Amino acid sequence: MRPAWSVILLTTLIGAAQGLFLIVFALDVLRSPPRDFVVLSCGISLALLVAGLAASFFHLGHPERAWRAVAMWRTSWLSREVIVLPAFMAMVLVYAASESRVAGAIAAVLCLALFVCTAMIYACLKFLQEWHTPLTFVNFVLLGVASGLTLAVPLAVLRYPQFAGPLALAAFGAGALAWIVRVATLIRNARLRPKSTIQSAIGIAQPKIAQKAQGFMGGSFNTREFFHGKPKPVLGAVRWLFLALIFPAPAWLLGWGGGSLEVFLAAFALQFAGLLAERWYFFAEARHPQNLYYQSMA
Amino acid sequence: MTKKQLALVIDLNVCVGCHACVTSCKEWNNGGEAGPLTDQNPYGKDPSGAFFNRVQTFEVGAFPDTETVHFPKSCLHCEDPPCVPVCPTGASYKRAEDGIVLVDYDKCIGCKYCAWACPYGAREMDQQEKVMTKCTLCVDRIYDELLPPQDRQPACVMACPTNARLFGDVHDPESVVSKAIRERGGYALMPEWETQPANQYLPRRKTESKA
Repeated sequence: MRPAWSVILLTTLIGAAQGLFLIVFALDVLRSPPRDFVVLSCGISLALLVAGLAASFFHLGHPERAWRAVAMWRTSWLSREVIVLPAFMAMVLVYAASESRVAGAIAAVLCLALFVCTAMIYACLKFLQEWHTPLTFVNFVLLGVASGLTLAVPLAVLRYPQFAGPLALAAFGAGALAWIVRVATLIRNARLRPKSTIQSAIGIAQPKIAQKAQGFMGGSFNTREFFHGKPKPVLGAVRWLFLALIFPAPAWLLGWGGGSLEVFLAAFALQFAGLLAERWYFFAEARHPQNLYYQSMA
Repeated sequence: MTKKQLALVIDLNVCVGCHACVTSCKEWNNGGEAGPLTDQNPYGKDPSGAFFNRVQTFEVGAFPDTETVHFPKSCLHCEDPPCVPVCPTGASYKRAEDGIVLVDYDKCIGCKYCAWACPYGAREMDQQEKVMTKCTLCVDRIYDELLPPQDRQPACVMACPTNARLFGDVHDPESVVSKAIRERGGYALMPEWETQPANQYLPRRKTESKA
């Protein structure tokens, strides 16, 4: 698939926002942190949610009709996401403004529902075998929580300094777990055998079939939307880049960076850059069966 | 399952790859009720455009025992279309009365999710109109009572010089398409995804030559 930057930004930004909110709400329930730490964190979380939502509009051909997307919640995970995301934003706002634990609990439920909706948009497409796995959901949650935790550390330095250390430790652990599961997903996907073949695509049971023409000499939607168009070494480089950036680099800064605000911010910036690369790779790695019909230009 | 299911049956044994179905489809659907169906840079260096139907060509077998197969490709109007439930706005729908899968251009937000959800690549975004487009089985022709009855068929079917495209109701066992599927071994594309395409293909046949 061709990675779409609007969707890459949407999923990474709201993932970090959801992770941050979940951590702060959990802390609020368990430890009663200072009020301005909760308010600041919810404010940052909301800002990321707004940025993600704004990015998603650039994915649409007709953004002015986006409101119509709430209609098909009975069948469409995308429709459900479109409903749950603003509801979650509203409850984060209510929670931050009111200090109500009930509002926070409702927001936490919506937060988990949003993870389910976002992941299922991809995981429900059964012929995109790289996505059609519970690991898609697990990765979205773990990477979201890990980046939210990494972001919570500098915020704690500012407003809740006595808890910055434990949060950094938690961010380290969550990053490690997310990294391990992401590697496991890479291994799973490398072992996949495509269910569709050129034989099943055109229904001819001959071992040797070569495409001679795809019906046009220029490009089309089919040749643009479903191919990332990058050579294999680029894909490999992006994979190593995100593997280095989502855990080892921020972990080193969290553990051995000296513990200043700047270092913790840098850790989040590196990890977020890694998440952008990770999400790019998530799209590029997925092989759409329609590509079987577009293997040769001439 | 819809009561009636209109569909095309495509005879790979007689398709000669002339692209008449492609151009007639484009001509019909670029105007009238459904249009436009736009092109970008059509006469320039890197032409592009939205099409509902394409003819592709494959070489099957190992030399010297090869044959050339021309393969017309369009929306298959699946009985269980994966593109429909994923649409967040309801712009994509399957008509109850005749099983045609259509897009309501006024509701489509151009999110492309339906294209991702179609394993056949049957949906294209019109780069100018910014909505998803696809084969309509010429729904604005086949019921038009101003046309003589023999012309109430999709434009591609009318244009085919070798009669490689049959049109009819695959749920009516006596229709020309049902008979062709039954008698000539009609098959569906990518059966592994259980989309139950309504359109089917008729395989190549051995032709004995008598000198």
